Amino acid sequence: MSKDIILKAENISKQYRLGQVGTGTLSHDINRWWHQIRGKENPYLKIGEINDRSTKGSSDYVWALQDINFEVERGEVLGIIGKNGAGKSTLLKILSKVTAPTTGSIKSRGRIASLLEVGTGFNGEMTGRENIFLNGAILGMTKKEITSKLAEIIEFSGCERYIDTPVKRYSSGMTVRLAFAVAAFLEPEILVIDEVLAVGDAEFQKKAIGKMQDISKGEGRTVLFVSHNMAAVKSLCTRGIVMEHGKVVFDGGIDQSIQRYLSTKNNNIGLIDRKDRLGTGNVKIIDVKIQDYEKIMTGSNMIIELFYKTVVENSRINEFGLSIWDYKENRIISLSSTFKDQLNDISESGVILCEIPNMPLVKGTYKLNCFVSSIFGLEDYIENVQEFDVEDSDIFGTGKTIDPEWGMIIVEHNWSKKDVTKN
Amino acid sequence: MNNSENNPSWLFEITPKNNFFSLNFKEIWQYRDLLFLFVKRDVITVYKQTVLGPLWYLIQPLFTSVTFTIIFNNVAGIKTGGIPPFLFNLAGITVWNYFTACLTGTSDTFKANASIFGKVYFPRIITPLSIVISNLIKFGIQFLIFIAFYIYYYIAGYDLVLNGYLVFFPVLIAIMGILGLGLGMLISSMVTKYRDFSHLIGFGIQLLMYLSAVMYPMQLLKQKLPKLGWLVEYNPLAYIIETSRYMLLNVGNVSVMGLIYTFIVTVILFFIGLLIFNKTEKSFIDTV
Repeated sequence: MSKDIILKAENISKQYRLGQVGTGTLSHDINRWWHQIRGKENPYLKIGEINDRSTKGSSDYVWALQDINFEVERGEVLGIIGKNGAGKSTLLKILSKVTAPTTGSIKSRGRIASLLEVGTGFNGEMTGRENIFLNGAILGMTKKEITSKLAEIIEFSGCERYIDTPVKRYSSGMTVRLAFAVAAFLEPEILVIDEVLAVGDAEFQKKAIGKMQDISKGEGRTVLFVSHNMAAVKSLCTRGIVMEHGKVVFDGGIDQSIQRYLSTKNNNIGLIDRKDRLGTGNVKIIDVKIQDYEKIMTGSNMIIELFYKTVVENSRINEFGLSIWDYKENRIISLSSTFKDQLNDISESGVILCEIPNMPLVKGTYKLNCFVSSIFGLEDYIENVQEFDVEDSDIFGTGKTIDPEWGMIIVEHNWSKKDVTKN
Repeated sequence: MNNSENNPSWLFEITPKNNFFSLNFKEIWQYRDLLFLFVKRDVITVYKQTVLGPLWYLIQPLFTSVTFTIIFNNVAGIKTGGIPPFLFNLAGITVWNYFTACLTGTSDTFKANASIFGKVYFPRIITPLSIVISNLIKFGIQFLIFIAFYIYYYIAGYDLVLNGYLVFFPVLIAIMGILGLGLGMLISSMVTKYRDFSHLIGFGIQLLMYLSAVMYPMQLLKQKLPKLGWLVEYNPLAYIIETSRYMLLNVGNVSVMGLIYTFIVTVILFFIGLLIFNKTEKSFIDTV
């Protein structure tokens, strides 16, 4: 099989200088220039650290990207996922020629157009129609191309009524719709999209995802897509790369990529060391375990253990709670000890069990948030304490498995015929 | 088998290297509609939500000319030959305004457009080019008012003679625009990293005006301040202003050497500006 590679990134690295631009910058600039005219290498390229936002480094220089290599085939929709600060946006900026890489090169067989935050170059004083032309031209369309698609663009945006009104009178949602509509009708071979879907209402988001699917599937265009919305990534992309601290740590199918991303999200530190907690902290949840973690199935008995301890005496705990979320960040179930009034006289430290008989979740990856409260209020709340996979099972005993597309929850139900002959 | 390895026909490559003088005319031509739309945007949005609208284009040079006439001609007593002082000043100011508009407009390119440059790529030179062109339109409007006053004074009986070299006036304006563009690109590139230059430009232009023979004939300064005359003689702008006044009003004298000097300085400044601009556009977003 020969592959039709449309885009190739080779050893892309990007270095940034931290801190403020001041007099120190000038001395570095002069030093760099002095090395350059003597034909020597840039002295500041040798130093630099892995880009980890949370730890303080010793060097003023960091590598936002380090040795990024990947290839994209024609017609592929590549999802680029990673935590904030992993280097995704920097990579897209290099791809869309906004900034140059420090080392390495990108080779392309097609025009690249970017959609880094929509509404770029919109001018509030100009009307919607004028802005369509201006924005289209900024994105690389000719006037002729825009004119031929004007009617479609206006229709897709759903802003027909306001099209001759200055954009400054638009609501933010309308501006986004109009901007996305312009970009959606661009015809570059490679389209770069960053976080567009974070805005607009649900209906428009659906429309936008549909349009992007058309672009990639119907028209065979190549799309590079960066988003934190795993649902959008999953439904759009065919392949994914996972980035961490400026490096590509995974490259493969989109499902595995999402799994990989979710599993690395917080698991590298133990719960007890987590600092991202809410609440007064007089009581702390120190560990969360799921019994038989590896074999949770739809319909099975799931038992969650909450280990807690009191930091400040006389904590008077009165509630434990859990919530289960899917990877699209939807809350599926909330559980609380107060719902059923089952926990009384809670000791100052110990282990609490929560049992879910007949677990109703369908196959998929889920995560847990948990909290503990006392009569004084919220003591401790931690997000994403544990992730778990639910496997398919023959829950109804009929050999049928339930597709996660059909819904997140399975409940017992019965079907029968109503006898209509008797009145 | 991977056929892409055998087929090296990449459309383009993104690399860290800077190609000096890489003025990609083909690319600029592709984006010509953007240039046109930027010019249109600049022209129509400047005076939106103002009552007087484009009249503001006229008010500024008229009032400045009146002020100059009162201070430099009536109070300080600068002689302008047989030309009405007001017309003399108006000619100088109209031409000078075009230069300052080009310079201040383009010198702000990177800083003012950081948000858009940070998101999408197009040939950056489109922006300063659009500023030079939209200011040309503004200059055209201001020049009309000059013509109106010229006719008024002619009818009023002043001895105004048209100069045959007037046909070269557009060339002079083009040189001026290019000079402003080159200098502006140079400054805009340096402003991205060191904001000191944006402070410099404000009062720098003020000072430059006094050295550019805007409100006095070049000859006069050489007579009155022989020791400082060289300051004006080395200023290419002074030759442009002096020559344009010669073309428009037939006063003063034209130094061919001075014009050649101006032309050479303009070309050199333009290419240095372009070089630095191209170097900056690749990475400015990291330092702005």
